[in-house]
Amino acid sequence: MTDSRWITAAPWLWAIGLFVLWEGSVQVLDIPVIILPAPSDIWVATVKYWSPIWKNSVQTLYTTVVGFIMAVVGGMALGLAIGWSRSIYAGLYPIMIGFNSIPKVAVVPILVIWFGIGTIPAVLTAFLIAFFPIVVNVATGLATIEPEMEDVLRALGAKKHDIMLKVGIPRAMPYLFGSMKVAITLAFVGSVISESIAANSGLGYMMQLAQSQFNVPLVWAGLVALAVLGIIMYALMAWLEMRMTGWAHRGNRS
Amino acid sequence: MTGFVDLRDVRLTYGGAADGTLALDGLTMSVQKGEFAAVVGPSGCGKSTLMKLATGLIAPQNGTIEVAGHEVDGPVSVAGMAFQNPSMLPWRSSLANVMLPLEIVQPHRSKFRSEKQAYTAKAEALLELVGLKGFGDKYPWQLSGGMQQRANLCRALIHDPALLMLDEPFGALDAFTREELWQVMRDLHAEKGFTTILVTHDLREAVFLADKVFVMSARPGTIIREREVPFERPRPIELTYESAFNDIVHELRDLIADARAAA
Ligand SMILES: Nc1ncnc2c1ncn2[C@@H]1O[C@H](COP(=O)(O)OP(=O)(O)O)[C@@H](O)[C@H]1O
Ligand SMILES: [Mg+2]
Repeated sequence: MTDSRWITAAPWLWAIGLFVLWEGSVQVLDIPVIILPAPSDIWVATVKYWSPIWKNSVQTLYTTVVGFIMAVVGGMALGLAIGWSRSIYAGLYPIMIGFNSIPKVAVVPILVIWFGIGTIPAVLTAFLIAFFPIVVNVATGLATIEPEMEDVLRALGAKKHDIMLKVGIPRAMPYLFGSMKVAITLAFVGSVISESIAANSGLGYMMQLAQSQFNVPLVWAGLVALAVLGIIMYALMAWLEMRMTGWAHRGNRS
Repeated sequence: MTGFVDLRDVRLTYGGAADGTLALDGLTMSVQKGEFAAVVGPSGCGKSTLMKLATGLIAPQNGTIEVAGHEVDGPVSVAGMAFQNPSMLPWRSSLANVMLPLEIVQPHRSKFRSEKQAYTAKAEALLELVGLKGFGDKYPWQLSGGMQQRANLCRALIHDPALLMLDEPFGALDAFTREELWQVMRDLHAEKGFTTILVTHDLREAVFLADKVFVMSARPGTIIREREVPFERPRPIELTYESAFNDIVHELRDLIADARAAA
């Protein structure tokens, strides 16, 4: 195999190696299923409970994606406002830092009081947790316009909105798409937290229920399902990033 | 004194009159229409500040600035600017980068869509003039530093400015490329006849290109000498090896050394 084919194969080889090591350790050390099920146990549970796993995965994916889209739209809007005006930046930044420091798990009960248990708190928790990196990145992209570029355009009579439209916003795009990769994985964290506390569907709920029934292989099957969803969405974001802002990754082009 | 660019008794302080940095004080200079002026001086003496004042990007605390017969009270838009950093936008092709000012400055702005073809042809002609024929569809990161700086000059000139402001535009280039760019600049000026103010720390560059060299003192900057450069145009690059040329370079060099020592 050539070098590049090794690199393409590497993630699969590493994953397989990890699972083999895991399986072997569990067998050799005779670890009880309740402590750590072997991959084969998880596989059996996955096949047996395929229908609930599938249904709850769809629910979790749904709440995550809706929360994520809200975070992207809201984060872009606020990021633009912050990057646009120094006074909005100065006023909002400390508040946002404070807000971001609040553990989102503490917000879920409040959301439940407002909206009841179920889909809405999960969507909103995903939104809240994914929002911050997008705001910060969009604002950074706007705030780091080269001063020379700004001078060249301002000397021509360009107004703030011209500079934003021609330079700031295109410049912020790689930052936005980069932050979307972080934000999508955070959104999963948010919706699963909320589902574990206050929902009757979703992977978080399913794992919580399985745990209370001491069905440890199903708990682990839920974790694997989450990991798979996370990888798929991350890959989708990475692909989107490449498509939309290829110019910022010029090393990978011709 | 009625030149194309006139600064009279200009003072500029950054960051508050009392405890700020006094960058320029009592600066007076005048550049005639079509003239090529160079400004040299010790580092940090306020050369870039002078550029920003003359283009209306910042306003002086004292004195008056006139460009093209009007007092400057905001961005002048008759000026094109180029800096040491070519600051090309990486998501635009070179051609689109060169055409950017047309999307901003009137009257081109409102005609930009309807006359896009004519503007494209104009930009291509300008690229050809600086030796970038056929590179219009390349992206900036596909061009060398020297080529980017050529494109940068095109961007500064695309809207036919009456005044070209250059702030150490060739400072980051290697010696050979720099001399090439001097000749490009010389030919552009000869062909288009715009008034030019070139800030540079390269005295040979100043003497080769300029009709008149202004020497600045250390901060707070002011003009301590105005030196005419008498060589006739067009000037061949070999001029830079002649003793008359080097005499002027040395004369300027001594002035700046004195200015630095005085600081
Ligand atoms: N935006 C600014 N705020 C405060 N001080 C500045 C600013 N720009 C320049 N200065 C100061 O003004 C002086 C002149 O700067 P500048 O015009 O950039 O010098 P030059 O281009 O000749 O090297 C320097 O001491 C510099 O530190
Ligand atoms: Mg400077």
